Amino acid sequence: MSSISNPATLFGLCGAALVGIGLFTVIVHPGLLRRIVGFNILGAGIFLIFGAVARRGAGAGFEGDPVPQAMVITGIVVAFSATALAVAMLQRLFDLTGRATLEPPAPEGRPGSET
Amino acid sequence: MNALLDVVLVAGLLALALHVARARDDQGAIVGFIAFGFLLGLGWVRLASIDVALTEAAIGGGVTGLLLLRVEAHTRDSSAPDRTARPITIAAAAVLCIAVTAGLAFVILNLPSPPPTQAPAAAAALDATGLENPVTAVLLAYRALDTLLEKVVLILALVGVWSLAPDHLWGGAPELRPAVVPEPLSYLARVLPPFGVLIAVYMFWVGADAPGGTFQAGTILAAMWLLVMLAGLRAAPDTRRVTLRLLLIVGPAVFLAVGFLGFAMAGGFLAYPAGAAKPIILGIEAALTLSIAVTLGMLVSGPSKRAPTS
Amino acid sequence: MSALANAPFYVTTSGGYLLVLAIILPAVAVLAMLLVPPRHVARIAFAVMAAGLAVALVIVAELVGTGMALAYVVGGWQPPLGLALRADGLSAAMLAMTAVVICATGLFARFHQCLEPETQDGRAATTFWPLLMAIWSALNAIFVGEDLFTLYVALELLTFAAVPLVCLDGRAETIAAALRYLMFALLGSLLYLLGAALLYGVFGALDIHSLSRLDGGAPAVTVALGLMIAGLLAKAALFPLHLWLPPAHAGAPAAASAVLSALVIKAPVFLILRLVLDVAPSSAGPLAGQIFIGQILIGQILAVLGASSILFCSVMAFRQQRLKLMIAYSTVAQIGYLFIVFPLAAGTETLPAWGTIAWTGGALQLVSHALAKAAMFMAAGAVAEAFGHDRISDLGGFGRILPISALAFGLAGLSLMGLPPSGGFIAKCLLLTAAVTGGHPWLAATILAGGLLAGGYVFRIVDRALATPAVELVARRPIPRRLEAVALVLALAAVGVGFVPLQPFGFLQLGRPAVSAMVAP
Repeated sequence: MSSISNPATLFGLCGAALVGIGLFTVIVHPGLLRRIVGFNILGAGIFLIFGAVARRGAGAGFEGDPVPQAMVITGIVVAFSATALAVAMLQRLFDLTGRATLEPPAPEGRPGSET
Repeated sequence: MNALLDVVLVAGLLALALHVARARDDQGAIVGFIAFGFLLGLGWVRLASIDVALTEAAIGGGVTGLLLLRVEAHTRDSSAPDRTARPITIAAAAVLCIAVTAGLAFVILNLPSPPPTQAPAAAAALDATGLENPVTAVLLAYRALDTLLEKVVLILALVGVWSLAPDHLWGGAPELRPAVVPEPLSYLARVLPPFGVLIAVYMFWVGADAPGGTFQAGTILAAMWLLVMLAGLRAAPDTRRVTLRLLLIVGPAVFLAVGFLGFAMAGGFLAYPAGAAKPIILGIEAALTLSIAVTLGMLVSGPSKRAPTS
Repeated sequence: MSALANAPFYVTTSGGYLLVLAIILPAVAVLAMLLVPPRHVARIAFAVMAAGLAVALVIVAELVGTGMALAYVVGGWQPPLGLALRADGLSAAMLAMTAVVICATGLFARFHQCLEPETQDGRAATTFWPLLMAIWSALNAIFVGEDLFTLYVALELLTFAAVPLVCLDGRAETIAAALRYLMFALLGSLLYLLGAALLYGVFGALDIHSLSRLDGGAPAVTVALGLMIAGLLAKAALFPLHLWLPPAHAGAPAAASAVLSALVIKAPVFLILRLVLDVAPSSAGPLAGQIFIGQILIGQILAVLGASSILFCSVMAFRQQRLKLMIAYSTVAQIGYLFIVFPLAAGTETLPAWGTIAWTGGALQLVSHALAKAAMFMAAGAVAEAFGHDRISDLGGFGRILPISALAFGLAGLSLMGLPPSGGFIAKCLLLTAAVTGGHPWLAATILAGGLLAGGYVFRIVDRALATPAVELVARRPIPRRLEAVALVLALAAVGVGFVPLQPFGFLQLGRPAVSAMVAP
C-alpha cells in the first residue's frame, strides 16, 4: 500500500476522482458543450494516472518513466483533435437547427418515425 | 511544505472539476475548465514532468479553452436544455462513477513495488539517438510510429472539420474576427507575436536535450497566429490554398520520407542511420513544428465561413 | 504460453515490411490528397487501392508460404520500449477482407459519384476519399499492431475518419447521428486508454506479448480489462450500447454505410478478442483457479449480451419501415454472433481457443458478414438512387427494375440467415455444433432463432422485390449495371466463402502456438 503523502499516489488518486467526475458529466449532462468539457476532465484524469505511473517509474537518472510521459503528450494532442471535431459538429448542428443538444434517442427505434 | 502545496493543488483541481460538472451556465463551466488546465499544468510540474506541463498548459488549458469559449459564444442564445436527466438516471450514473473511481483508487494504491519502468531501457538506448531529452527520444525514435499516426489523426480531424462547411463555402476561409475587436486584444496581437515566435524557436531548439519540443513550440506559434487572426490583423487563409495545404502536410511528409529512407539507409522503416540520428530528428521536428502550428490554428478556426476567392 | 524461449519474441521476418506498407500506404494517400486539386483525388485513391490490395494478398501468400507469422520491429527498437507489428493467420485474413471491401467500396463510390458530374469535385465527393483511406490505414494498424497504445491511436484515427463519413451529406439529422456516434466512440476510446494506463502501471509494458507472459496483479488486471472491454463494447455497438448505430449507419451515404457496417465496427470486436485471448491471464500461475473463473465470467457476460443483440435487434430489423435502417439493425444482430463465440471457444489445457471449431466459426462469421453487409448496403444504395427513397412499403416490384441489386440482396441474405450455400451457413453451422456439443443449449437455441428472424427480415425485402404493385414502380433515373455489379460481386464472394470450409482451419492457426490435440469439438 503506497503512502498518500507521496505526490505520485496523491495525483494518481486525484486522477481517479477526475475520471469519476468527468464520466458523470458525460453521462448525465444534457448539454453537448458541457459533455465535451466533461470528456476533457475525464481525459485529464486518465493522463494524471499515467503521470502517477510515470513518476513512480523514476530511475536511471530520470525523474520519471519517459514512455508514459510521451504517451500523455500524444494523448493530449489526440484529445484536442477530438474536442475540435466535436465542437465543429456542435456548431454546425446549432447553425442548422438552433439546438445544442441531441434529441432523446428513443424515436429512431420506432417504425416509420424517420422521414 | 511541498506536500501542503500538493494537497492544495489537488483540492483546487477537484473543486474546479466539480464546478464544471455542476455550473449553471456553460460560460462559467468553461472559465472553470481553463483555470483547471493551468492548475493541472502545475500538477504536472509536481509530477516532475516539465514536458507534459508545458503541453498541458498550452494545449489542454490554452488552445482548448479558446476553442470552447468561441463555440460557447456562438451557441449562447440556444434555449436552455429543457430535458434534464431523470433522478433514477442520475443516481445510477453516480453509483457507476463512484464505483469506477473506487476501482481505480484501489488499483493505484496497490500498484506493484518496486514499480516496473522503462526508464533504464530508455536511458540505455539514448546514446544511439544523440538526444538528451528521453521524452523526445520516445516520441521521435523508440515509438515514432505512434507519433506519425497521431500526426495523421490531427490532419484527419481537420479534414473532418472542413467537411462540415456548407457546400458553396467549401474551400473558403474561416472567420475568426469578432464584429468588434476589443482594443486590448488588438494591442496584444501587435506586441506579443515576435516574443511568441522567439519562445517557440527556443522551445523547439532545446527540445532535443531539455524539456520542450515540437508540440509545445507548435502550439505557441499557433496561439500567436490565432491572436493575429482574432484581432483582424490578418484574415484566415482560404482552406483550399496550396501554400496552406503544403504547410499542413510538410511535417508528416518529411517524417514519412525519413521513415522510408530508413529502409534504404538504416535497415528498416523509421530507423535512423548511426551517428546521424540527432540532426535527422531535429529536421523532422522543425517541419512538424510548422505543420502542428498550422493544423492547430486551422482546427480552432473551424469550417469555412466565406466562399472561396477566385 | 510461458514455455516460450527467452530470445526476443518479435523478430523482423522477411515479409515484415509489408505490414508497414499496409498501414503507411493509405496514410501517404491521405497526405497526397490534401495537396492535389479535387479532380485528381479519386485517382490517388485508385492507385493506392491497387497497391494496398496487392500488399494484403502478398501478406497472405507469405503467411501460407512460410507457415509463420509475419513480424516487424519498427526502427529496430525492441518492445516493450519500441513497437512491433505482427500478422498471424487471423490478422492476415482481416487484412485481406478489409482490402477487398475497401476496393469494392471505392469502385462503388466512384460509379455513384459519376452519376452526378456537377458535384463530383464538390465537398462530399472529395472528402470521402481521404476518409476512406484513413479508415483503411487505421484498420490495418488495428489488425497488426502489437502495442496497446498504438492500438489506441489507431482506434482514434478510425473514429475521426468514420464520424465525418456519417454526416457527409450535411443534413441536421445525420449531424446529430454523427455527434451521438462521436460521443459513444470517444467514451469508448477513453475507457480503453484508462485500462491501458493501469496495465502499464502494473506491468511497465504494453506490448501484447509481454502482457501475455506476465502473471500476477489479478485484481488490477480485472479492473483494467473490464474498463477496456466496456469501452470497446460501446464502439462495437453491442446491445444495450447499440442505440447510436442504426441512425448513423443508415444516414450515411451508401458507400460509407458499407464500410462502417462491414469493417469499422469489426475493429473493436477484434481488439476484444485479442484482449480476452492474449492479455487476460491464462490458466497458468499461482492464482490459476481464480483468474480462470474470471475469464469464463467475462465470456459468459459477453455471450449474454451477444445473444440479446441477436434476438432484440433481429426483431427490430424486422419492424423497420426503411431499408437502410433495417440493414443497420441487422448489423447489430449479426455482431452478436461474434460475442457468443467467447464461451463456445473457451480453451482447455490440451485444446487452446484457436483450435476449437467455434474459433473458426467466429472468424468465418466476421468475414462473411463483412462481405454480405457491404453488398446489402450497396444494393440498398442503388435502390435509393433509383427511386429517391428507401421506404420498404413503396418498393413493390423493385426486382423487375433492378434485378441485379435484388439478386445481390438475396444472396447476401443467405449468409445472414445462415442458409447454404454461403459463408454464413458454414459459420453458423460451426457455432451451432460447438454450442450443442459444448453443452450450451440456450446459445444453440439463440443461433437457430436468430437465423429464423433473419429469414423473416430478408424475405420481407425479397417478397417486395418480386411483388406486383397496383401502381407500376418507376425509376427516377437509370442505374448503370456496373454500380449494381459491385454489390453482386461482394454477395457472390460471401457465398463463395462457404465453398472453402476446411481451408480456414489451418490458416487461422498460423502464427499461434501449435494445437496439440487436433480439432475435435
